[in-house]
Parts: sequence; C-alpha cells; structure tokens
Amino acid sequence: MDMITVKNLIKTYSNGEVETRVLKGIDLTIKEGEFIAIMGKSGAGKSTLMYQMGLLDIPTGGSIVVDGVDILNLTEMERTDFRLKQLGYVFQDYALVPELTALENVTIPLLMEGVSTEEADERGRNALVQLGLNNKESNRPNQLSGGEQQRVSIARAIVQNPKILFADEPTANLDSVSSESVLEALVSLHKQGQTIVMVTHETEYTRECDRIIYLVDGKIDHEKKQ
Amino acid sequence: MILKRRLQKFQTSLSVGWLLARRQIGRGNFWINTLIIGIMTLTFLSLVVISGILVGLLEGSFQANREQYSGDVFITTLADESNIKITGKIADTLDSLPQVENYSIRYKKGATIEAGYLDRRDFSVLSNSVGVNVVGVDIEKEEALTNLSQSLIEGELISSDESGYIVLGATFIKRYSNFSDLFEPLDGVYVGDRVKVSVTGRNIGVDRTPDLTGGDTAGANIQEFIVKGIVQSKVDEVSVSAFITDADYRRLTGNTDLRAQEIAIKKARGYSDLELKTILESYDFGAFAKIQTAEEAIPKFLDDIKETFALLGTAIGGIGLIVSAITIFIVIYINALTRRKFIGILKGIGISGAAIEISYILQSIFYVVVGSLVGAVIVYGLLIPVIAANPIDFPFSDGILVAKPVPTLIRFLVLFFITTIAGYFPARFIVQKNTLDSILQR
Repeated sequence: MDMITVKNLIKTYSNGEVETRVLKGIDLTIKEGEFIAIMGKSGAGKSTLMYQMGLLDIPTGGSIVVDGVDILNLTEMERTDFRLKQLGYVFQDYALVPELTALENVTIPLLMEGVSTEEADERGRNALVQLGLNNKESNRPNQLSGGEQQRVSIARAIVQNPKILFADEPTANLDSVSSESVLEALVSLHKQGQTIVMVTHETEYTRECDRIIYLVDGKIDHEKKQ
Repeated sequence: MILKRRLQKFQTSLSVGWLLARRQIGRGNFWINTLIIGIMTLTFLSLVVISGILVGLLEGSFQANREQYSGDVFITTLADESNIKITGKIADTLDSLPQVENYSIRYKKGATIEAGYLDRRDFSVLSNSVGVNVVGVDIEKEEALTNLSQSLIEGELISSDESGYIVLGATFIKRYSNFSDLFEPLDGVYVGDRVKVSVTGRNIGVDRTPDLTGGDTAGANIQEFIVKGIVQSKVDEVSVSAFITDADYRRLTGNTDLRAQEIAIKKARGYSDLELKTILESYDFGAFAKIQTAEEAIPKFLDDIKETFALLGTAIGGIGLIVSAITIFIVIYINALTRRKFIGILKGIGISGAAIEISYILQSIFYVVVGSLVGAVIVYGLLIPVIAANPIDFPFSDGILVAKPVPTLIRFLVLFFITTIAGYFPARFIVQKNTLDSILQR
C-alpha cells in the first residue's frame, strides 16, 4: 500500500524579487513500512522535500497524498491535527521543550490528543523504556546527553503510533556511539513495521534503509534499492 | 456534535496550555518573572495609590471636619432663619435617644475682638482688632464631641465653672495666621492677655465698661475676657472661632432664649449617620432646622473637587496602565520571540495554536494576579495603616490613603483585562507565523 505519493512537486522560495526553485518536479512513492533515506549534497532540496511531505510547509505546485489524504486540501487546523495523529518528527537538534521533563516532552502530543494524564504517562514511560531511557523521565533536556535527547525526541515522535516517522538528519549532531544508538532505535522501529523517511548525508547510516533516494539540484537523480 | 467536539478540543488546548504555562513560569528565568511581577505591582500601585492619595487629601479633610466640627449629624438653621427655634426640644430628644453618644449645642454670633487697648495711645491709627465668630458652648460637651483640647497650641481649655475666659482660633493671631496678607490679625496676643469682645445687638448693660469702649464700639455689648488658650486646626471652623462658655455668651449677647445656631451630634456605635438623621426627621425637626449627615454637610464644591481628584487619579493611573500594557506586550513579545523555535516545534508536533496562545494568556494572568496581590498587600497591609498612623501633612488636611474595596477591584479588573490582551496579541502574532519558518528561525 502506498503511504506517500508525490507528483510533480515544486517548491519555490521568494526572497524579495529573487525566486529560488528548490524542488523542480519531484515524483515519488513511498510504501507502508518502508525505510527510506533521502540523500544529496547541501542545497539539493532533501530537507525541503521532507518538510513538504511532513506538512510542515506548503508546496508551490504538484500534489502530495499521505495515507490516502490529499494534504494540500487541508486547512491549517486540519494540517496540525493530521501532524498530531498521523506523523512523527525527529529533528536534527532534538527540538525538545527545555522547560519540560523527558516524560512531559514525550507525553505532550498524547495530552493534545485528549488522552488522560495517567494513560499518557504510562505510554510515555513505555516509549522511553523502549528507547533505553529508563530512569531519565524526570530529567530536563539540559540534564541529558545529545544521544539521550535525540532518543527522547524519537520517543516523542513514536508515542502516538504515527503512520510515518520523519527524521531530519537525526545523527548530525551526535558522536558515533550516540549515532549508532539512534540508528538502532530507528531500525528497531522499522522492524516493527514503522514507515520511516530519513534525510541524511552520511552514507554509513543508510545501510539499514530499504531504499536511498539521491537528490541533485531539486530533482531525483537516481535511487538505490538495498 | 460539532459543538461537543470543539468543546473537547478547547478543553484539551486549555489543559495543554495550562501545563506549558506552569512549566514556563515555574522553570523559566526567575529574574524575568520577578521583573514582570514587579511591573504589575507598580502598575497596580499607580492605579490605586495615586488616586487614593488625591481622594485621601479631601477625605482626610472631611474626616477631620466630622471629628472636630460637624459630628456625624449636623443640625443648622434653616436658610431664612437666624437660629434653631426648638433648640431645647431637640436637646431633650437627643438626651433620650440611645442612638446618640453625645452632642454639643453652639451659639454663634459675629463679634469684634480687640487687643492691646490698655496700651493704646494713638487713636488716629486703627485699633488692634479683628472680626470673628464668637461661639458659646458647653465646654465639657464640646470637648466630648470634638476633642477641642487636642487642637490647643497654647494655654488650656476653659473649665466649665470658669467665667471671663476665651479660647482664640489661631487664624486671628498674627504669629500663627496664614492669612495676614488678607486681613490684619491680632498682634502680640498671648495666653493671659486681656481682650475686649464686642457684639452688636440689644444692650443689656452686662459688664458694660464705658472707659474700655475706646469710642469705636458705641452701641455694642462689650465684655473683657482673658485669653485662656489658642487653638489651631486644619478644620477652618475651629481656627476661625473664638470659644467662650455658653453662660458668658448669654451675658455677652443678651440672648437668653437658648436658641442655638448649630447642634453637632455624635452617633452611638452600631448606627449609621443616615439612621440617626431619619430618626431626628421623624420628630419633624426638619421643619425648624436643617438636618444633614456629615457627608451631606460637606460643601458641594469640595465634593466636586473630590470627584475631580478621583478623575485625575484615574487619568494618571490610566497612563500607568497604558505604559504597563506596552511593557507587558513587549516582554511577552520578546519572550515569545525568543521561544519562537519551540513554538514552531510544538506546532510541528501537532500542538494546536490555541493551546500555545492559552499558555501565554495564562502566564499573563499569573503575572497580573500575583502582581496585584503583592500590590494589594502593600496597599492594605502597609500603606493604609502607616499613612493612617502618620497622615501626610498637607496645608489644608491630614492626607490619608483611600482605597475602598469596590473601586480597587474595578481597577484590578481593568488591569487584568488590559494585561491579558497585552499578553495574548504577541503570542498570537508569533503562533500565526509559518511553522517551518519558526522552527528554522528564518
């Protein structure tokens, strides 16, 4: 089953009179349960592509269908709700809220979904345990290492069982040991059937991916199945 | 169904907003929180204290007027009458009423007081004299009602069994008078000096001493008094009067009909001014005298000034309110701007804009409530008692701080509303920005 279908996707950024076309007609299909890596040089448009598929940005042209929903027809509120219920994100710089504990960072999407505090706490703890963060639930982000923060970020992304997990250079700020642990976590999720789209420029971390898509200058140059 | 879903959505936004607000306040920068609360406290104080002091200027004057002159209920002559015809009947009634603690009957008449007449050698120059209101009172009753002895700045009060003594208001004594540029007060008068009091009216020859008249008070009743004391008060009626005993007054003026000009009454505990006034009116005294509560007895122009001061205080407080609204706007805006990335992330992971906006509204509410509470503690726990114990010394009154609960509550609600709005708009402005732009801070 197709989880994401992208057709002729165009994204242009305007800066005054200067227009920069970052995506120049992308066609892409991602199947349910696939682990995809998007690679390319800096400025190739890999993050921009992920932002469009992840509903964090609005494309200039083309269409994106996620889990059967044409996301360009959604209102801003519907997009927010869709992100909450269907998508999970892992950002390069972890993007945890500094005033919240690890557990609170993980449970806040559940609370927004209307889950009771008790259930949210239980599910949040399970997610943290799943990522090897036992006894770290009360720690605030500044009391955690980079790798631990990124794993909290992954726990937050998966806690409400999203259809797709987007990871934007999840290992870019981490040392090799932490990077391996984060990658292991993603691989483990993939093995449980999670659809994952990961943007990276580090080839060594794409070894477990089902497919690698290479972008060059806003277009898909080629792809490699593994 | 849609309404129910929206209500549920709002409830979840509220609970998430509450969590975010609690954490941002509790785990945010202590000094920023203190600064914002400090600003709210100062704004609250500027709203309540400035107008409170301005109103208190006159309120202090009214209070002094009540305590030192009018009492709680004040009976005076009707506009077209020169005295209260049924003074005796009123006095008998007042004696029988449990609502009355005490009262003082005052007999008043215009008089001339002359000093230094024994040493006067040159009759071509004006005599050392001044026009006053001579007031005849039962000294003990007046003292019980107005605590007249507290206003003494020299000498002492006349005893009830004494005769031939006078207590002069300081306004008529040159060394104390602030009005010596308007009229010529008595010069060189001290306690123990003799003064000559003359009133015009029926000559009954009481203590008439022709050689003391000096030729300039012909046809008047004249009596010599010894100055027993000098009184000074911020209540003008005290400082511009000359007090003698009611017996001396009768001898001086020849008025033996016991018809007074004023009756000041102090109510007993547990009764209101209005209750006492209503009781007195029920005896039909209103047909013979003007009965007013202390508040009603305040001249209308003073009441107008009081309202003007209140308005002025509100206007000044209003400026403080605007400054505070702008400050809160800037502080919340900067706070939201520096947290723009996290606002973007929260939106990115599906937290609704409403929940984020609510978190900022709740933070504003926290700041205004805590700031106002601190302000209220300062006003009611510190400033009011301290100023009441040590009134501000203004030329015409002992200023107190007036902060009645209802107007204070209204000012708080205005502050609450303005602050909430000032906290909401910057948050909304940031939340409305593109999610990705916020995350990438571009």
